[in-house]
Amino acid sequence: MKVLVTVKRVIDPYVKVRVKSDGTGVETANVKMAMNPFCEIAVEQAVRMKEAGIVTEIVAVSVGVPQCQETLRTAMAMGADRGILVETTAEVQPLGVAKLVKAIIDKEQPKLVIMGKQAIDDDSNQCGQMVSALLGWPQSAFTSAIAVNGDSADVTREIDGGLEKLTIKLPAVVTTDLRLNEPRYVTLPNIMKAKKKPLEVIKPEALGVDVAPRLKTLKVEEPPKRSAGVKVADVAELVAKLKNEARVI
Amino acid sequence: MSVLVIAEHDGKQLKPGTTNTVTAAAKIGGDITVLVAGHQCAEAAQAAAKVAGVKKVLLADAPQYAGAVAENMAALVLTIAGQYGHILAPATGFGKNFMPRVAALLDVQQISDISAVVSADTFVRPVYAGNAMATVQSADKVKVITVRATGFDVAAEGGSAAVENLAAAPDTGLSKFNGQELSKSDRPELTAARIIVSGGRGMQSRENFKILEALADKLGAAVGASRAAVDSGFVPNDYQVGQTGKIVAPELYIAVGISGAIQHLAGMKDSKVIIAINKDPEAPIFAVANYWLVEDLFKAVPELTQAL
Ligand SMILES: Cc1cc2nc3c(=O)[nH]c(=O)nc-3n(C[C@H](O)[C@H](O)[C@H](O)COP(=O)(O)OP(=O)(O)OC[C@H]3O[C@@H](n4cnc5c(N)ncnc54)[C@H](O)[C@@H]3O)c2cc1C
Ligand SMILES: Nc1ncnc2c1ncn2[C@@H]1O[C@H](COP(=O)(O)O)[C@@H](O)[C@H]1O
Repeated sequence: MKVLVTVKRVIDPYVKVRVKSDGTGVETANVKMAMNPFCEIAVEQAVRMKEAGIVTEIVAVSVGVPQCQETLRTAMAMGADRGILVETTAEVQPLGVAKLVKAIIDKEQPKLVIMGKQAIDDDSNQCGQMVSALLGWPQSAFTSAIAVNGDSADVTREIDGGLEKLTIKLPAVVTTDLRLNEPRYVTLPNIMKAKKKPLEVIKPEALGVDVAPRLKTLKVEEPPKRSAGVKVADVAELVAKLKNEARVI
Repeated sequence: MSVLVIAEHDGKQLKPGTTNTVTAAAKIGGDITVLVAGHQCAEAAQAAAKVAGVKKVLLADAPQYAGAVAENMAALVLTIAGQYGHILAPATGFGKNFMPRVAALLDVQQISDISAVVSADTFVRPVYAGNAMATVQSADKVKVITVRATGFDVAAEGGSAAVENLAAAPDTGLSKFNGQELSKSDRPELTAARIIVSGGRGMQSRENFKILEALADKLGAAVGASRAAVDSGFVPNDYQVGQTGKIVAPELYIAVGISGAIQHLAGMKDSKVIIAINKDPEAPIFAVANYWLVEDLFKAVPELTQAL
Protein backbone atom coordinates (compact mmCIF):
# COMPACT_ATOMS: atom_id res chain seq x y z
CA MET A 1 0.00 0.00 0.00
CA LYS A 2 0.95 3.61 -0.49
CA VAL A 3 1.70 5.85 2.50
CA LEU A 4 1.79 9.61 2.62
CA VAL A 5 3.81 11.38 5.32
CA THR A 6 3.95 15.10 6.09
CA VAL A 7 7.15 16.83 7.11
CA LYS A 8 7.39 20.35 8.49
CA ARG A 9 10.50 22.49 8.58
CA VAL A 10 10.86 24.09 12.01
CA ILE A 11 13.47 25.75 14.19
CA ASP A 12 15.74 23.03 15.56
CA PRO A 13 14.23 21.82 18.86
CA TYR A 14 17.48 22.40 20.74
CA VAL A 15 17.84 26.03 19.68
CA LYS A 16 16.80 28.62 22.24
CA VAL A 17 14.28 30.75 20.40
CA ARG A 18 14.34 34.50 20.79
CA VAL A 19 11.36 36.79 20.56
CA LYS A 20 11.95 39.69 18.16
CA SER A 21 12.17 43.04 19.86
CA ASP A 22 9.39 44.48 17.69
CA GLY A 23 6.97 41.83 18.95
CA THR A 24 6.09 40.46 15.52
CA GLY A 25 7.38 36.94 16.04
CA VAL A 26 10.52 35.00 16.86
CA GLU A 27 13.94 35.41 15.30
CA THR A 28 14.40 33.01 12.38
CA ALA A 29 17.28 34.65 10.51
CA ASN A 30 20.48 32.55 10.75
CA VAL A 31 18.75 30.08 13.04
CA LYS A 32 19.35 26.34 12.61
CA MET A 33 16.34 24.62 11.08
CA ALA A 34 15.39 20.94 11.21
CA MET A 35 12.61 18.51 10.44
CA ASN A 36 9.91 18.62 13.13
CA PRO A 37 10.79 15.69 15.46
CA PHE A 38 7.30 14.19 15.26
CA CYS A 39 7.53 14.19 11.45
CA GLU A 40 10.83 12.31 11.67
CA ILE A 41 8.95 9.68 13.65
CA ALA A 42 6.24 9.63 10.94
CA VAL A 43 8.83 9.07 8.20
CA GLU A 44 10.59 6.40 10.26
CA GLN A 45 7.31 4.58 10.77
CA ALA A 46 6.57 4.55 7.06
CA VAL A 47 10.09 3.35 6.24
CA ARG A 48 9.86 0.54 8.80
CA MET A 49 6.54 -0.54 7.30
CA LYS A 50 8.14 -0.55 3.88
CA GLU A 51 11.04 -2.62 5.16
CA ALA A 52 8.48 -5.01 6.66
CA GLY A 53 6.87 -5.41 3.23
CA ILE A 54 3.57 -3.75 4.19
CA VAL A 55 4.19 -0.51 2.34
CA THR A 56 5.14 -0.21 -1.31
CA GLU A 57 5.60 3.54 -1.75
CA ILE A 58 6.22 6.51 0.55
CA VAL A 59 5.35 10.03 -0.56
CA ALA A 60 6.58 12.89 1.65
CA VAL A 61 4.75 16.23 1.57
CA SER A 62 5.80 19.59 2.96
CA VAL A 63 4.13 22.99 2.87
CA GLY A 64 6.19 26.14 3.04
CA VAL A 65 9.17 28.08 1.77
CA PRO A 66 11.51 26.80 -0.99
CA GLN A 67 13.99 25.61 1.67
CA CYS A 68 11.47 22.93 2.69
CA GLN A 69 13.02 21.02 -0.21
CA GLU A 70 15.88 20.25 2.20
CA THR A 71 13.41 18.78 4.66
CA LEU A 72 11.94 16.64 1.89
CA ARG A 73 15.45 15.52 0.88
CA THR A 74 16.04 14.45 4.49
CA ALA A 75 12.80 12.45 4.39
CA MET A 76 13.97 10.84 1.16
CA ALA A 77 17.38 10.09 2.69
CA MET A 78 15.53 8.31 5.49
CA GLY A 79 13.70 6.23 2.90
CA ALA A 80 10.77 8.15 1.39
CA ASP A 81 10.49 7.50 -2.37
CA ARG A 82 9.52 10.94 -3.56
CA GLY A 83 8.64 14.40 -2.33
CA ILE A 84 6.00 17.04 -3.00
CA LEU A 85 6.52 20.64 -1.92
CA VAL A 86 3.51 22.92 -1.80
CA GLU A 87 5.56 26.04 -2.10
CA THR A 88 4.55 29.34 -0.55
CA THR A 89 6.26 32.07 1.39
CA ALA A 90 2.98 33.17 2.97
CA GLU A 91 1.94 32.09 6.46
CA VAL A 92 -0.19 28.95 6.26
CA GLN A 93 -2.12 28.07 9.41
CA PRO A 94 -3.05 24.48 10.38
CA LEU A 95 -6.48 24.57 8.68
CA GLY A 96 -4.80 25.76 5.47
CA VAL A 97 -2.12 23.07 5.72
CA ALA A 98 -4.83 20.48 6.31
CA LYS A 99 -6.72 21.59 3.18
CA LEU A 100 -3.56 21.49 1.07
CA VAL A 101 -2.61 18.06 2.38
CA LYS A 102 -6.15 16.86 1.68
CA ALA A 103 -5.89 18.11 -1.90
CA ILE A 104 -2.67 16.12 -2.37
CA ILE A 105 -4.26 13.05 -0.79
CA ASP A 106 -7.19 13.34 -3.24
CA LYS A 107 -4.64 13.06 -6.06
CA GLU A 108 -2.32 10.47 -4.55
CA GLN A 109 -4.93 8.18 -2.93
CA PRO A 110 -2.71 6.73 -0.19
CA LYS A 111 -4.15 4.07 2.10
CA LEU A 112 -2.45 5.50 5.18
CA VAL A 113 -1.39 9.03 6.11
CA ILE A 114 1.15 9.49 8.90
CA MET A 115 1.64 12.96 10.36
CA GLY A 116 3.35 14.36 13.45
CA LYS A 117 1.08 14.95 16.42
CA GLN A 118 2.36 18.48 16.84
CA ALA A 119 4.65 20.97 15.17
CA ILE A 120 7.06 22.21 17.81
CA ASP A 121 6.93 25.80 16.55
CA ASP A 122 3.22 26.62 16.65
CA ASP A 123 2.45 23.75 19.08
CA SER A 124 -1.03 23.59 17.51
CA ASN A 125 -1.61 19.84 17.52
CA GLN A 126 -4.37 20.07 14.89
CA CYS A 127 -3.36 19.24 11.33
CA GLY A 128 -3.69 15.44 11.44
CA GLN A 129 -7.11 15.49 13.07
CA MET A 130 -8.21 18.16 10.57
CA VAL A 131 -7.00 16.24 7.52
CA SER A 132 -8.84 13.18 8.77
CA ALA A 133 -12.04 15.18 9.33
CA LEU A 134 -11.87 16.84 5.90
CA LEU A 135 -11.54 13.42 4.29
CA GLY A 136 -14.19 11.80 6.48
CA TRP A 137 -11.60 9.18 7.44
CA PRO A 138 -10.89 7.62 10.84
CA GLN A 139 -8.06 9.04 12.92
CA SER A 140 -5.63 7.82 15.50
CA ALA A 141 -3.98 10.76 17.21
CA PHE A 142 -0.90 10.42 19.50
CA THR A 143 -0.19 6.91 18.31
CA SER A 144 2.47 4.74 19.94
CA ALA A 145 1.87 1.49 18.02
CA ILE A 146 0.36 0.57 14.63
CA ALA A 147 -0.36 -2.93 13.28
CA VAL A 148 -1.99 -3.08 9.84
CA ASN A 149 -4.32 -6.03 9.22
CA GLY A 150 -5.63 -5.88 5.67
CA ASP A 151 -8.28 -3.18 5.51
CA SER A 152 -7.95 -2.02 9.09
CA ALA A 153 -5.27 -1.19 11.63
CA ASP A 154 -4.99 -1.88 15.34
CA VAL A 155 -3.52 1.15 17.03
CA THR A 156 -2.40 2.12 20.51
CA ARG A 157 -2.79 5.76 21.51
CA GLU A 158 -1.21 7.62 24.38
CA ILE A 159 -3.91 9.23 26.51
CA ASP A 160 -3.60 11.21 29.72
CA GLY A 161 -4.21 8.27 32.05
CA GLY A 162 -2.34 5.59 30.10
CA LEU A 163 -3.00 3.86 26.80
CA GLU A 164 -6.01 3.37 24.54
CA LYS A 165 -6.59 0.74 21.84
CA LEU A 166 -8.64 1.29 18.71
CA THR A 167 -9.28 -0.56 15.49
CA ILE A 168 -9.53 1.92 12.63
CA LYS A 169 -10.69 1.27 9.10
CA LEU A 170 -8.27 2.16 6.30
CA PRO A 171 -7.72 4.60 4.72
CA ALA A 172 -6.97 6.57 7.87
CA VAL A 173 -4.82 9.33 9.32
CA VAL A 174 -2.41 8.55 12.14
CA THR A 175 -0.44 11.10 14.15
CA THR A 176 2.74 10.08 15.91
CA ASP A 177 3.66 10.22 19.56
CA LEU A 178 7.27 10.20 20.70
CA ARG A 179 7.27 6.57 21.67
CA LEU A 180 6.15 5.18 18.31
CA ASN A 181 9.78 4.66 17.31
CA GLU A 182 13.24 6.15 17.37
CA PRO A 183 14.12 7.70 13.99
CA ARG A 184 17.27 6.56 12.24
CA TYR A 185 20.16 8.83 11.37
CA VAL A 186 20.60 9.59 7.72
CA THR A 187 23.81 8.28 6.19
CA LEU A 188 25.93 9.98 3.56
CA PRO A 189 25.25 7.38 0.84
CA ASN A 190 21.52 7.77 1.47
CA ILE A 191 21.78 11.56 1.29
CA MET A 192 23.47 11.13 -2.11
CA LYS A 193 20.76 8.71 -3.27
CA ALA A 194 18.02 11.08 -2.08
CA LYS A 195 19.32 13.80 -4.42
CA LYS A 196 18.21 11.70 -7.36
CA LYS A 197 14.70 11.01 -6.09
CA PRO A 198 11.80 12.94 -7.67
CA LEU A 199 10.68 16.16 -5.98
CA GLU A 200 7.64 17.94 -7.37
CA VAL A 201 6.88 21.58 -6.55
CA ILE A 202 3.28 22.84 -6.66
CA LYS A 203 1.69 26.16 -5.73
CA PRO A 204 -1.33 26.32 -3.40
CA GLU A 205 -3.37 28.03 -6.16
CA ALA A 206 -2.82 25.05 -8.43
CA LEU A 207 -4.58 22.93 -5.82
CA GLY A 208 -7.52 25.32 -5.73
CA VAL A 209 -7.23 25.81 -2.00
CA ASP A 210 -7.78 29.09 -0.16
CA VAL A 211 -5.19 29.25 2.59
CA ALA A 212 -5.78 32.80 3.82
CA PRO A 213 -5.00 32.93 7.56
CA ARG A 214 -7.96 33.11 9.94
CA LEU A 215 -5.95 34.11 12.97
CA LYS A 216 -4.16 37.41 13.14
CA THR A 217 -1.13 37.53 15.40
CA LEU A 218 -1.37 40.85 17.21
CA LYS A 219 1.87 40.44 19.13
CA VAL A 220 4.44 37.94 20.32
CA GLU A 221 6.08 38.48 23.69
CA GLU A 222 8.56 36.86 26.03
CA PRO A 223 6.88 34.78 28.70
CA PRO A 224 6.94 36.29 32.19
CA LYS A 225 10.36 35.76 33.78
CA ARG A 226 10.64 33.93 37.05
CA SER A 227 12.38 35.89 39.75
CA ALA A 228 15.86 34.68 40.56
CA GLY A 229 16.00 31.88 43.09
CA VAL A 230 18.48 31.03 45.80
CA LYS A 231 20.88 28.18 46.33
CA VAL A 232 20.49 26.39 49.62
CA ALA A 233 23.39 24.71 51.41
CA ASP A 234 21.64 21.60 52.63
CA VAL A 235 18.35 19.84 53.22
CA ALA A 236 17.84 21.55 56.58
CA GLU A 237 18.01 24.99 54.96
CA LEU A 238 15.70 23.83 52.17
CA VAL A 239 13.07 22.65 54.62
CA ALA A 240 13.37 25.90 56.61
CA LYS A 241 12.84 27.97 53.43
CA LEU A 242 9.86 25.89 52.38
CA LYS A 243 8.21 26.24 55.77
CA ASN A 244 9.02 29.84 56.64
CA GLU A 245 9.54 31.67 53.37
CA ALA A 246 7.58 29.90 50.64
CA ARG A 247 5.04 28.47 53.09
CA VAL A 248 4.04 25.72 50.72
CA ILE A 249 4.38 22.83 53.18
CA MET B 1 -23.97 34.85 22.66
CA SER B 2 -23.52 31.45 24.27
CA VAL B 3 -20.48 29.38 25.04
CA LEU B 4 -20.37 25.60 24.86
CA VAL B 5 -17.91 23.80 27.13
CA ILE B 6 -17.28 20.12 26.46
CA ALA B 7 -16.65 18.28 29.70
CA GLU B 8 -13.97 15.67 30.25
CA HIS B 9 -15.16 13.15 32.80
CA ASP B 10 -14.87 9.52 33.90
CA GLY B 11 -18.62 8.86 33.90
CA LYS B 12 -19.01 9.98 37.49
CA GLN B 13 -16.82 13.00 38.06
CA LEU B 14 -15.43 15.82 35.99
CA LYS B 15 -11.73 15.47 35.21
CA PRO B 16 -9.29 18.18 36.25
CA GLY B 17 -9.27 20.89 33.60
CA THR B 18 -12.99 20.97 32.89
CA THR B 19 -13.91 23.52 35.53
CA ASN B 20 -10.89 25.66 34.56
CA THR B 21 -12.37 25.62 31.07
CA VAL B 22 -15.66 26.87 32.53
CA THR B 23 -13.68 29.73 34.11
CA ALA B 24 -12.22 30.58 30.67
CA ALA B 25 -15.76 30.49 29.23
CA ALA B 26 -16.93 32.91 31.94
CA LYS B 27 -14.16 35.33 30.91
CA ILE B 28 -15.45 35.26 27.34
CA GLY B 29 -18.96 36.07 28.58
CA GLY B 30 -22.44 34.82 27.75
CA ASP B 31 -24.48 31.84 28.92
CA ILE B 32 -22.46 28.70 29.54
CA THR B 33 -23.73 25.29 28.46
CA VAL B 34 -21.74 22.18 29.35
CA LEU B 35 -21.94 19.09 27.14
CA VAL B 36 -21.40 15.78 28.91
CA ALA B 37 -21.08 13.01 26.34
CA GLY B 38 -20.30 9.44 27.26
CA HIS B 39 -21.77 6.09 28.09
CA GLN B 40 -23.53 5.80 31.44
CA CYS B 41 -22.42 9.21 32.54
CA ALA B 42 -25.54 10.74 34.14
CA GLU B 43 -23.61 11.20 37.38
CA ALA B 44 -21.00 13.31 35.59
CA ALA B 45 -23.80 15.48 34.20
CA GLN B 46 -25.03 16.06 37.75
CA ALA B 47 -21.49 17.06 38.74
CA ALA B 48 -21.36 19.53 35.85
CA ALA B 49 -24.70 21.02 36.91
CA LYS B 50 -23.18 21.95 40.26
CA VAL B 51 -20.34 24.03 38.79
CA ALA B 52 -20.90 27.72 39.49
CA GLY B 53 -21.73 29.75 36.41
CA VAL B 54 -23.12 26.88 34.33
CA LYS B 55 -26.58 27.62 32.94
CA LYS B 56 -27.43 24.34 31.28
CA VAL B 57 -26.00 20.83 30.98
CA LEU B 58 -26.58 18.67 27.91
CA LEU B 59 -26.28 14.95 28.51
CA ALA B 60 -25.60 12.71 25.50
CA ASP B 61 -25.51 9.17 26.85
CA ALA B 62 -24.93 6.47 24.23
CA PRO B 63 -22.56 3.53 23.69
CA GLN B 64 -20.78 5.28 20.82
CA TYR B 65 -19.43 7.91 23.22
CA ALA B 66 -17.55 5.40 25.37
CA GLY B 67 -13.90 6.40 25.28
CA ALA B 68 -14.83 9.73 23.66
CA VAL B 69 -13.79 8.45 20.23
CA ALA B 70 -12.91 11.51 18.13
CA GLU B 71 -15.08 10.83 15.07
CA ASN B 72 -18.24 10.36 17.13
CA MET B 73 -17.51 13.23 19.51
CA ALA B 74 -17.04 15.61 16.59
CA ALA B 75 -20.24 14.37 14.89
CA LEU B 76 -22.19 15.03 18.10
CA VAL B 77 -20.77 18.51 18.64
CA LEU B 78 -21.62 19.37 15.02
CA THR B 79 -25.33 18.74 15.70
CA ILE B 80 -25.44 21.69 18.12
CA ALA B 81 -22.45 23.82 17.08
CA GLY B 82 -24.65 26.37 15.27
CA GLN B 83 -26.11 27.59 18.55
CA TYR B 84 -22.82 28.80 19.99
CA GLY B 85 -20.32 31.55 19.34
CA HIS B 86 -17.56 29.69 21.18
CA ILE B 87 -16.85 26.00 21.67
CA LEU B 88 -14.31 25.16 24.35
CA ALA B 89 -12.69 22.00 25.67
CA PRO B 90 -9.70 21.39 27.92
CA ALA B 91 -6.37 21.15 26.05
CA THR B 92 -5.79 17.65 27.38
CA GLY B 93 -5.47 14.40 25.46
CA PHE B 94 -9.29 14.41 25.45
CA GLY B 95 -9.83 17.86 23.91
CA LYS B 96 -6.83 17.77 21.59
CA ASN B 97 -8.14 14.57 20.04
CA PHE B 98 -11.51 15.70 18.70
CA MET B 99 -11.60 19.51 18.78
CA PRO B 100 -9.54 20.01 15.59
CA ARG B 101 -12.07 17.71 13.87
CA VAL B 102 -14.88 19.97 15.04
CA ALA B 103 -12.97 23.03 13.79
CA ALA B 104 -12.20 21.52 10.38
CA LEU B 105 -15.81 20.44 9.86
CA LEU B 106 -16.97 23.96 10.73
CA ASP B 107 -14.24 25.40 8.47
CA VAL B 108 -12.66 27.40 11.29
CA GLN B 109 -9.09 27.70 12.51
CA GLN B 110 -8.91 26.26 16.02
CA ILE B 111 -7.16 28.33 18.66
CA SER B 112 -5.10 25.79 20.60
CA ASP B 113 -4.10 25.83 24.21
CA ILE B 114 -5.11 29.36 25.27
CA SER B 115 -3.65 30.58 28.54
CA ALA B 116 -5.57 33.86 28.74
CA VAL B 117 -8.70 35.52 27.34
CA VAL B 118 -8.14 39.10 26.17
CA SER B 119 -11.61 39.57 24.67
CA ALA B 120 -14.27 37.47 22.97
CA ASP B 121 -12.12 37.18 19.83
CA THR B 122 -8.59 37.64 21.17
CA PHE B 123 -6.59 35.13 23.17
CA VAL B 124 -3.06 34.47 24.41
CA ARG B 125 -1.41 31.15 23.67
CA PRO B 126 2.09 29.83 24.29
CA VAL B 127 4.14 28.85 21.23
CA TYR B 128 7.66 27.40 20.86
CA ALA B 129 7.30 25.31 24.02
CA GLY B 130 6.24 28.35 26.01
CA ASN B 131 9.30 30.38 25.01
CA ALA B 132 7.00 32.96 23.41
CA MET B 133 3.45 34.07 24.10
CA ALA B 134 1.34 34.96 21.06
CA THR B 135 -1.75 37.15 21.22
CA VAL B 136 -4.05 36.09 18.40
CA GLN B 137 -7.33 37.44 17.09
CA SER B 138 -9.78 35.16 15.32
CA ALA B 139 -11.86 36.23 12.34
CA ASP B 140 -13.93 33.02 12.32
CA LYS B 141 -17.65 33.06 13.01
CA VAL B 142 -17.35 30.35 15.66
CA LYS B 143 -14.33 30.20 17.92
CA VAL B 144 -13.17 26.64 18.51
CA ILE B 145 -10.76 26.74 21.44
CA THR B 146 -8.79 24.38 23.65
CA VAL B 147 -7.92 25.71 27.08
CA ARG B 148 -4.70 25.28 29.04
CA ALA B 149 -5.98 24.57 32.54
CA THR B 150 -3.02 26.13 34.32
CA GLY B 151 -3.99 29.54 32.90
CA PHE B 152 -7.38 29.56 34.64
CA ASP B 153 -8.66 28.90 38.14
CA VAL B 154 -10.79 25.93 39.08
CA ALA B 155 -14.45 27.07 39.04
CA ALA B 156 -16.28 27.00 42.35
CA GLU B 157 -19.21 24.76 43.19
CA GLY B 158 -22.64 26.14 43.89
CA GLY B 159 -24.39 25.98 40.51
CA SER B 160 -27.74 24.33 39.96
CA ALA B 161 -28.06 24.06 36.19
CA ALA B 162 -30.83 22.10 34.52
CA VAL B 163 -29.78 18.84 32.85
CA GLU B 164 -31.34 18.16 29.44
CA ASN B 165 -30.92 15.08 27.31
CA LEU B 166 -29.30 15.51 23.93
CA ALA B 167 -30.04 12.99 21.21
CA ALA B 168 -27.00 11.02 20.08
CA ALA B 169 -25.72 11.49 16.55
CA PRO B 170 -25.52 8.31 14.46
CA ASP B 171 -22.43 6.18 15.14
CA THR B 172 -19.90 7.04 12.41
CA GLY B 173 -18.57 3.48 12.60
CA LEU B 174 -15.14 4.73 11.49
CA SER B 175 -13.25 3.30 14.43
CA LYS B 176 -13.83 0.75 17.11
CA PHE B 177 -12.97 1.44 20.72
CA ASN B 178 -11.18 -1.57 22.24
CA GLY B 179 -10.60 -0.18 25.70
CA GLN B 180 -8.09 1.68 27.80
CA GLU B 181 -5.24 0.59 30.05
CA LEU B 182 -5.18 3.18 32.77
CA SER B 183 -2.28 3.25 35.20
CA LYS B 184 -3.58 2.94 38.72
CA SER B 185 -2.34 5.05 41.56
CA ASP B 186 -3.57 6.14 44.96
CA ARG B 187 -1.72 9.40 44.57
CA PRO B 188 -3.37 12.58 43.26
CA GLU B 189 -3.59 13.11 39.49
CA LEU B 190 -0.68 15.07 38.09
CA THR B 191 -2.81 17.84 36.63
CA ALA B 192 -4.77 18.31 39.87
CA ALA B 193 -2.03 17.86 42.47
CA ARG B 194 -1.02 20.66 44.84
CA ILE B 195 2.49 19.23 45.05
CA ILE B 196 4.42 17.24 42.43
CA VAL B 197 7.65 15.34 42.91
CA SER B 198 9.28 14.64 39.54
CA GLY B 199 12.25 12.46 38.70
CA GLY B 200 14.57 12.42 35.70
CA ARG B 201 17.30 10.30 34.20
CA GLY B 202 19.31 10.93 37.35
CA MET B 203 17.04 8.44 39.16
CA GLN B 204 18.84 5.68 37.19
CA SER B 205 16.19 2.96 37.60
CA ARG B 206 12.58 2.06 38.21
CA GLU B 207 13.63 0.70 41.59
CA ASN B 208 15.15 4.01 42.66
CA PHE B 209 11.89 5.85 41.96
CA LYS B 210 10.72 4.34 45.28
CA ILE B 211 12.69 6.97 47.16
CA LEU B 212 10.76 9.66 45.27
CA GLU B 213 7.50 7.90 45.95
CA ALA B 214 8.30 7.88 49.66
CA LEU B 215 8.84 11.64 49.50
CA ALA B 216 5.63 12.09 47.49
CA ASP B 217 3.63 10.09 50.00
CA LYS B 218 4.96 12.14 52.87
CA LEU B 219 3.81 15.30 51.06
CA GLY B 220 0.56 13.90 49.63
CA ALA B 221 2.08 14.67 46.23
CA ALA B 222 1.72 13.28 42.72
CA VAL B 223 4.74 11.76 40.98
CA GLY B 224 5.89 13.06 37.61
CA ALA B 225 8.87 12.48 35.37
CA SER B 226 10.98 13.81 32.53
CA ARG B 227 10.81 12.22 29.13
CA ALA B 228 14.21 10.63 29.70
CA ALA B 229 12.87 8.83 32.79
CA VAL B 230 9.82 7.64 30.86
CA ASP B 231 11.84 6.55 27.82
CA SER B 232 14.23 4.65 30.08
CA GLY B 233 11.22 2.72 31.39
CA PHE B 234 11.47 3.97 34.98
CA VAL B 235 7.81 5.06 35.01
CA PRO B 236 4.75 4.87 32.69
CA ASN B 237 4.35 7.38 29.85
CA ASP B 238 1.48 9.23 31.49
CA TYR B 239 3.94 10.55 34.12
CA GLN B 240 5.65 12.75 31.55
CA VAL B 241 5.66 16.48 32.20
CA GLY B 242 6.59 18.84 29.38
CA GLN B 243 5.90 20.26 25.95
CA THR B 244 4.62 16.92 24.75
CA GLY B 245 3.50 15.54 28.09
CA LYS B 246 1.36 17.15 30.74
CA ILE B 247 1.33 20.83 31.53
CA VAL B 248 1.29 21.37 35.27
CA ALA B 249 1.43 24.36 37.61
CA PRO B 250 1.22 23.09 41.20
CA GLU B 251 1.94 25.09 44.34
CA LEU B 252 5.18 23.17 44.69
CA TYR B 253 7.19 21.29 42.04
CA ILE B 254 10.21 19.31 43.17
CA ALA B 255 12.52 18.37 40.26
CA VAL B 256 14.98 15.64 41.15
CA GLY B 257 17.75 14.52 38.80
CA ILE B 258 16.21 16.54 35.94
CA SER B 259 18.54 18.74 33.88
CA GLY B 260 15.90 21.25 32.77
CA ALA B 261 15.66 20.94 28.98
CA ILE B 262 13.36 23.56 27.42
CA GLN B 263 10.85 20.83 26.58
CA HIS B 264 10.61 19.87 30.24
CA LEU B 265 10.46 23.48 31.46
CA ALA B 266 7.56 24.04 29.04
CA GLY B 267 5.45 21.77 31.21
CA MET B 268 6.24 23.06 34.70
CA LYS B 269 7.72 26.54 34.72
CA ASP B 270 4.43 28.15 35.76
CA SER B 271 4.52 26.24 39.05
CA LYS B 272 4.29 28.57 42.03
CA VAL B 273 7.38 27.32 43.84
CA ILE B 274 10.04 25.18 42.17
CA ILE B 275 12.72 23.23 43.97
CA ALA B 276 15.52 21.51 42.09
CA ILE B 277 17.89 18.90 43.39
CA ASN B 278 20.77 18.13 41.05
CA LYS B 279 24.42 17.26 41.53
CA ASP B 280 25.49 19.40 38.56
CA PRO B 281 25.99 23.02 39.71
CA GLU B 282 25.40 24.16 36.09
CA ALA B 283 22.08 22.37 35.56
CA PRO B 284 19.70 24.65 33.57
CA ILE B 285 16.80 23.69 35.85
CA PHE B 286 18.31 26.02 38.46
CA ALA B 287 17.42 29.00 36.27
CA VAL B 288 13.72 28.50 37.01
CA ALA B 289 14.06 27.19 40.59
CA ASN B 290 13.15 29.25 43.64
CA TYR B 291 15.42 27.05 45.75
CA TRP B 292 18.08 24.73 44.53
CA LEU B 293 20.33 22.23 46.16
CA VAL B 294 23.52 20.96 44.54
CA GLU B 295 23.77 17.48 45.97
CA ASP B 296 23.57 13.82 45.15
CA LEU B 297 19.88 12.98 45.06
CA PHE B 298 20.41 9.61 46.70
CA LYS B 299 21.60 11.48 49.77
CA ALA B 300 19.30 14.51 49.60
CA VAL B 301 15.93 12.88 48.88
CA PRO B 302 15.87 10.43 51.81
CA GLU B 303 17.11 13.23 54.07
CA LEU B 304 14.30 15.49 52.88
CA THR B 305 11.69 12.78 53.41
CA GLN B 306 13.07 12.28 56.90
CA ALA B 307 13.06 16.00 57.70
CA LEU B 308 9.43 16.63 56.73
C1 LIG C 1 10.17 17.11 20.31
C2 LIG C 1 10.67 16.86 21.71
C3 LIG C 1 9.75 16.83 22.73
C4 LIG C 1 10.16 16.60 24.03
N1 LIG C 1 9.23 16.62 25.03
C5 LIG C 1 9.63 16.46 26.31
C6 LIG C 1 8.69 16.54 27.39
O1 LIG C 1 7.48 16.70 27.19
N2 LIG C 1 9.16 16.38 28.66
C7 LIG C 1 10.49 16.18 28.93
O2 LIG C 1 10.85 16.07 30.11
N3 LIG C 1 11.38 16.11 27.92
C8 LIG C 1 10.99 16.23 26.63
N4 LIG C 1 11.92 16.14 25.62
C9 LIG C 1 13.29 15.69 25.97
C10 LIG C 1 14.19 16.78 26.51
O3 LIG C 1 14.79 17.46 25.43
C11 LIG C 1 15.29 16.17 27.40
O4 LIG C 1 16.00 15.21 26.67
C12 LIG C 1 14.77 15.52 28.68
O5 LIG C 1 13.87 16.39 29.36
C13 LIG C 1 15.92 15.17 29.59
O6 LIG C 1 15.47 14.48 30.73
P1 LIG C 1 16.32 14.53 32.08
O7 LIG C 1 16.46 15.91 32.55
O8 LIG C 1 15.68 13.56 33.01
O9 LIG C 1 17.69 13.85 31.63
P2 LIG C 1 19.14 14.50 31.49
O10 LIG C 1 19.12 15.69 30.63
O11 LIG C 1 20.04 13.39 31.16
O12 LIG C 1 19.45 15.03 32.96
C14 LIG C 1 19.68 14.20 34.06
C15 LIG C 1 20.08 15.12 35.21
O13 LIG C 1 20.23 14.35 36.39
C16 LIG C 1 21.35 14.83 37.11
N5 LIG C 1 21.81 13.74 37.96
C17 LIG C 1 22.31 12.55 37.54
N6 LIG C 1 22.63 11.79 38.61
C18 LIG C 1 22.32 12.51 39.72
C19 LIG C 1 22.41 12.26 41.11
N7 LIG C 1 22.88 11.11 41.58
N8 LIG C 1 22.03 13.23 41.95
C20 LIG C 1 21.55 14.41 41.49
N9 LIG C 1 21.43 14.70 40.18
C21 LIG C 1 21.81 13.74 39.31
C22 LIG C 1 22.32 15.26 36.06
O14 LIG C 1 23.24 16.22 36.59
C23 LIG C 1 21.42 15.82 34.98
O15 LIG C 1 21.23 17.22 35.15
C24 LIG C 1 11.52 16.37 24.31
C25 LIG C 1 12.46 16.41 23.27
C26 LIG C 1 12.04 16.65 21.99
C27 LIG C 1 13.05 16.69 20.89
N1 LIG D 1 3.77 23.35 6.82
C1 LIG D 1 3.66 22.03 7.00
N2 LIG D 1 4.19 21.18 6.10
C2 LIG D 1 4.09 19.85 6.26
N3 LIG D 1 3.47 19.27 7.29
C3 LIG D 1 2.92 20.07 8.21
C4 LIG D 1 2.97 21.48 8.12
N4 LIG D 1 2.34 21.99 9.19
C5 LIG D 1 1.91 20.95 9.92
N5 LIG D 1 2.24 19.78 9.33
C6 LIG D 1 2.00 18.41 9.82
O1 LIG D 1 1.00 18.43 10.81
C7 LIG D 1 1.53 18.01 12.07
C8 LIG D 1 0.86 18.77 13.19
O2 LIG D 1 1.11 20.14 13.08
P1 LIG D 1 0.36 21.25 13.93
O3 LIG D 1 -1.09 20.95 13.88
O4 LIG D 1 0.71 22.54 13.29
O5 LIG D 1 0.91 21.16 15.35
C9 LIG D 1 3.03 18.22 11.93
O6 LIG D 1 3.76 17.36 12.77
C10 LIG D 1 3.25 17.88 10.46
O7 LIG D 1 3.34 16.49 10.24
